[in-house]
Amino acid sequence: MNKWRNIFLAESTLVPLAAILLGLLTGALAMLAGGFDPLLAYQSLLKKVFGNAYNFGETIRQITPLIFTGLSVAFAFRTGLFNIGAEGQFIMGMLASVYIGIVFDLPAYIHAPLAILAGALAGGLWGAIAGYLKAARGVHEVITTIMMNWIALYLANYILASFLVPEGKQNSEPVKETAVITIGWLSQMFDSARLHWGTLLALIAAVVFYVLLWKTKLGFELRAVGFNPHASEYAGMNVNKNVVNAMLIGGMFAGIGGACETLGVFHYMSISAAMPGYGMDGIAVALIGGNTPLGVILGAILFGMLSFGASGMKFGAGVPVELIRVVIASVIFFVAAHGIVRYLLKPVLAKQKEGS
Amino acid sequence: MEKLALFFPFFLSFFYAFFISSANGVNCLDQGQTVVEMRGITKRFPGIVANDNVNLVVRKGEIHALLGENGAGKSTLMNILFGLYQPDEGQIFINGKEVQITNPNVANELGIGMVHQHFMLVEPFTVTENIILGNEPRSGLKIDINKAARQVVELSHRYGLKVDPHAKIENISVGMQQRVEILKTLYRGADILIFDEPTAVLTPQEIHELIEIMRNLVKEGKTIILITHKLKEIMAACDRVTIIRRGKVIDSLAVADTNPDELAAKMVGREVTFRVEKKPSVPKDVILSVENVTTMGNRGVNALNGISFEVRAGEILGIAGVEGNGQSELIEVLTGLRKVQEGTIRLNGKEITNQSPRVISESGLSHIPEDRHKRGLVLDFSMSENMVLETYFHPEFNQKGFLNYEAIDKHAERLIKEFDVRTPSIHTPARALSGGNQQKAIIAREVDKNPDLLIAAQPTRGLDVGAIEFIHKRLIEQRDKGKAVLLISLELDEIMNVSDRIAVIYEGKIVGIVDPKETDEQELGLMMSGGKTMSGGGNG
Ligand SMILES: Nc1ncnc2c1ncn2[C@@H]1O[C@H](COP(=O)(O)OP(=O)(O)O)[C@@H](O)[C@H]1O
Ligand SMILES: [Mg+2]
Repeated sequence: MNKWRNIFLAESTLVPLAAILLGLLTGALAMLAGGFDPLLAYQSLLKKVFGNAYNFGETIRQITPLIFTGLSVAFAFRTGLFNIGAEGQFIMGMLASVYIGIVFDLPAYIHAPLAILAGALAGGLWGAIAGYLKAARGVHEVITTIMMNWIALYLANYILASFLVPEGKQNSEPVKETAVITIGWLSQMFDSARLHWGTLLALIAAVVFYVLLWKTKLGFELRAVGFNPHASEYAGMNVNKNVVNAMLIGGMFAGIGGACETLGVFHYMSISAAMPGYGMDGIAVALIGGNTPLGVILGAILFGMLSFGASGMKFGAGVPVELIRVVIASVIFFVAAHGIVRYLLKPVLAKQKEGS
Repeated sequence: MEKLALFFPFFLSFFYAFFISSANGVNCLDQGQTVVEMRGITKRFPGIVANDNVNLVVRKGEIHALLGENGAGKSTLMNILFGLYQPDEGQIFINGKEVQITNPNVANELGIGMVHQHFMLVEPFTVTENIILGNEPRSGLKIDINKAARQVVELSHRYGLKVDPHAKIENISVGMQQRVEILKTLYRGADILIFDEPTAVLTPQEIHELIEIMRNLVKEGKTIILITHKLKEIMAACDRVTIIRRGKVIDSLAVADTNPDELAAKMVGREVTFRVEKKPSVPKDVILSVENVTTMGNRGVNALNGISFEVRAGEILGIAGVEGNGQSELIEVLTGLRKVQEGTIRLNGKEITNQSPRVISESGLSHIPEDRHKRGLVLDFSMSENMVLETYFHPEFNQKGFLNYEAIDKHAERLIKEFDVRTPSIHTPARALSGGNQQKAIIAREVDKNPDLLIAAQPTRGLDVGAIEFIHKRLIEQRDKGKAVLLISLELDEIMNVSDRIAVIYEGKIVGIVDPKETDEQELGLMMSGGKTMSGGGNG
């Protein structure tokens, strides 16, 4: 009992929670200013998310890729790198998995895993390129990953148009049945919401994240390099190799996310003018989650609920969908500006200290 | 008229008496007036009471030393006075009035200035720009830089702080940068100046100059609080000294009434020896041999110019020299952190020239780095993790890529006990330890690797007497176990006391090798400045 109380009253839990509340409050003020009823809006948001089985299932679908991209950003961050490229890594994961899914003919127990593996490798490679450029040439990863995002988008469009999309169409052919990872019976339970094995993979990925960073030799090196490259060099670690490794692994998380999205949800990939956006949201998820695996999962749940529930706000309270972006932005603002939150929480935290 | 004449001498004597008494009164006030009083200050950090009911009285026009070991709570107390921390309990009086110093701006307004241990300067800016930053004289919308420069020159003349107002910070020496920090506080009108361990980064020459500057400041009516753990400086420069041990005030006394031995005992809580006890060395085989090594420094010129020397098992070779004569590059070359252009380095007869740090470390070389925060520790790692920073991949800690944290923790427990590292727990981040304990931890880690050669670079920089004694003992212990020790230090006392042979480095070369028993500071100083070359002992 006491333990749980302590967890919930700990500063590391209290501050993000307060930030989220403040964010929602700011969003409410924005709605009031626009002449909407914020209470009704948030009610409709919740109703949308929890109202029926289909929407609940779809919310889970929305959360899944955010876990992957959140882990991708958080992993890089733990090793001292700022991965803005989860977007591009996600796209490359989609592309590779769709390619394997369409072109190969294999039994299901090989085909789907192979397609996911291809997605992981493609995303990882995409990240590793930025890592290599940093290690070998000293180019800052923020710049290269942003550039790699656009390269990924247009490269994917080019490959789709040239090889995978029939003339005159926008969408590729569907992947073979054997590569699909949708869970049929579960989808049926949720009124054919698109639920897939990727969600389970995302949770496993969070565990892998934890074990890799905090239990293995590789993780020891990655964290050391992230905290202090000079001391790592002194201790005989290969700093450059670790930078590439970190981006490779981070990219793999995003790549698997992309693969699951195509194999589990759409079963095809479209020529697209815009980025899917999961990578950018992943930055926010990682930030809210404090770059811990559990935090990332919780952050993704919040984000998924907000962005999926936004359409409910439109129906229920007439609030434009864009307004949810204001809420999300405010939450991010308050998480990033945790100094403000700490200041507001001062009396509570002070009492905490006395108590302990 | 007569009456008046009669009264005149009376008047005169009355006036005279009044004048004398008032002059006396002013004098009394000037000397004895309390400018800073801290009463019953208590400050707690998680798991530690950094200041425990501390009382401090500083009088106008004195240089007041705050003496204490690392982690005693000196910086904390002064950070409270400067408004960086808020005390949990206690009161502060400035010039007799109680004040709440909620932030450094309030401190500024009260005339309190602080020169921190780590300088806070903008490197690409000029001296003048740094001094006026945040407080710029303007003409219209523009900063009047000429006027500012004139003010800086005026201030620097007044207090004897010579600086070039137009030089860039990145191009001036550490000693100069410190002057800029002092000028910054004076420019903001500080009357009470706090120096946090100002001499830790200075050469002996610069320390002399700083003491001169402090005397000038006091002459001009300033009051100085000097944080230090160097007894020599207190004896040379200060009027009063307050000793703090583990957060508590032990004593406060006039420097004239005490001596270094008494101060050291009060600071550490026991008797300390300044002499390093050691037997004569018994040198055996050559462990490290450096032959004609040349390497490029960061400035694009050769930092090492064909340097040669040897270190044998069972001896401590000390390398003396003025900072910037190739010491840092020498260490980097020996440990694999910098590439050699020419020459060879052998460890135990095996060539290690331009090998990776890991290969060199595994060949039997340990290294106590000169910058423990930059190289020696991952400050955000736990103590436990830091203790295996170079050995985590050994089979005892690493099984098929998975780390055995149980073994790692056990290893840390043992080292921390053996080397008396004071830390709340092995899971505490290294950042939370005091400098002395961080250094002890590094030494524990390096010595435990059981190296054939131990390189100790500035091993006692910024440490207090107790820790210095401990570290010197450990170095000599290594020697007595038949290991080779290479000691590189800017502290001449340390080199003279600990080394068995002294090699003097000048402009990337060894200009002479001398026996510490047959030399003195004079001779070494001359060699260090390139004024004298010994052809006999040196082979460089
Ligand atoms: N911001 C802080 N948070 C937690 N502990 C601190 C902090 N600052 C100092 N301490 C602890 O307080 C004690 C006194 O530190 P400090 O005042 O820096 O000592 P000194 O300057 O005498 O070496 C040390 O044990 C140190 O670890
Ligand atoms: Mg200090």
